[in-house]
Amino acid sequence: MPKLPAVPIPPRFLPQPPPPGTQRGRPRTPLEKGAEAGKSAVDWIDERTSLSGGVRWALFRKVPKGTNWFYTLGSATMIAFLNQAVTGVFLAMYYRPDAGGGAYESVRYITNDVFLGQFVRGMHKWGSSVMVILVFLHMGRTFFFGAYKYPRELNWVIGVVLLILTMTMSFTGYLLPFDQRSYWATIVGVNINGTGPLLGPYLSDFLRGGPEFSATTLSRFYSIHMLLVPGAIAAMIGAHLYLVAKLGTTAPPWLRAKPEPELVEEQL
Amino acid sequence: MNQREKEEYLREYSILKSQGKPFFPYAVAKDGLMGCLVIAIIIALSIVLGAELGPKANAATTTYTPRPEWYFFFLFELLRVIKPPNFVGLATIGVPTLAMILLFLLPFYDRGPERHPLRRPVATLTGIFVICAMAYLTYLGANAGPPTENDIPAPAAVLAQGKPAVSEFYLGRSVVAQSGCEACHLIGSNGNNGPGPELTKIGDRIPPQAIARTLVNPTEPMPSYGGSGGLPAKQFSAVVAFLSDLK
Repeated sequence: MPKLPAVPIPPRFLPQPPPPGTQRGRPRTPLEKGAEAGKSAVDWIDERTSLSGGVRWALFRKVPKGTNWFYTLGSATMIAFLNQAVTGVFLAMYYRPDAGGGAYESVRYITNDVFLGQFVRGMHKWGSSVMVILVFLHMGRTFFFGAYKYPRELNWVIGVVLLILTMTMSFTGYLLPFDQRSYWATIVGVNINGTGPLLGPYLSDFLRGGPEFSATTLSRFYSIHMLLVPGAIAAMIGAHLYLVAKLGTTAPPWLRAKPEPELVEEQL
Repeated sequence: MNQREKEEYLREYSILKSQGKPFFPYAVAKDGLMGCLVIAIIIALSIVLGAELGPKANAATTTYTPRPEWYFFFLFELLRVIKPPNFVGLATIGVPTLAMILLFLLPFYDRGPERHPLRRPVATLTGIFVICAMAYLTYLGANAGPPTENDIPAPAAVLAQGKPAVSEFYLGRSVVAQSGCEACHLIGSNGNNGPGPELTKIGDRIPPQAIARTLVNPTEPMPSYGGSGGLPAKQFSAVVAFLSDLK
């Protein structure tokens, strides 16, 4: 198995020698002192964690020539997820998962009374649509460019898991405002699950927290939406990114490698 | 891909990679620009479209039409497209499950070394077909009318009973249509097949008294239409008459 060479540090990030004409013993300017302090802090952390190798490996790895804007769809999806995480944290500060009266009122309070509440809720609501669209676009790019092929099969599988988790997020989040629309759509959605073969009825019972829709259902959806799935998504994104850095970004499929000029035999 | 093709790919890729630019700052700058665009779009959507909150959830209402989030429309539409009752399980869980399995296993059955979309015509055409099918189903779902209409004509047996029976039939029909029954029940070509049973020939299967009993004490999740909180007596008996005339 051929191994890719170790990642070099680009010249601009290498320590520079002092410009000619400067003396060694002169007093340092405040700027230089600040830079020294920063360096020693980074060194202190690196001495105890050895992180610098990993950071260098992730940041200064090379990306093939010819990668275009289609290659930004994956990171755009992650940005959309981060948007959901941040806005979700702020919504959770006000939301009460109480079906008996509280859930709907707390969402109404967020929408009408909280400073910028409707704006943040709108960002969360529309961010989910944007994230789903970006997931599908990213998957389309991977599919049409053949980027799921050797050696990136496992990363494709992780991506499909992320797609399913994203859809689970949309499904569980839809109930939380607890208005008519979300309530009835969720009842039908859970019933549709129940018609499935083998596991269908068990999955429905698990989602409802019993044979019937009850107060437990809302807190169950809330917990899945807030804790279970976001944790799983974050972990899966980590694995996905590790594999991207490890295996490298794919080159566009129409690109052919030209050997280094000094290696080409002169044609006579 | 056999071993030779794998090694060929890795060699080719390592040359392309070594001729590329470092991820930081070049790719990071592009990703950052795209990220800013995404956040700007989300902010614009939030400001322009806002976040509406409908009326509070009420398990007792009967006129509400369930609608999922728009990106689930294609799954929801599969229910309507695949109508025969025996195949409902296939539409709801069978097709999505199969699609998921095919998606998971894609790199394991598509092992050809070719990566260019034009040199993989089967994969490319399948991908385009799937995208078009999903777009079409989403379009259908977005334009599906609320199931509040019913165009079943009065059967000959009702017409033979004279005017009062016919008008009761049509009153029952309009009450059924407006009460949201068709959100879950199929009546002829109206309404959705599932989660409730088909009612096209319900009059054949159970007598009027049983229909009335079911309307008052239904199986969950169907709401009750009888009793003090239900339909007025006249409408209720019209519904029972309408349903038992469906033969």
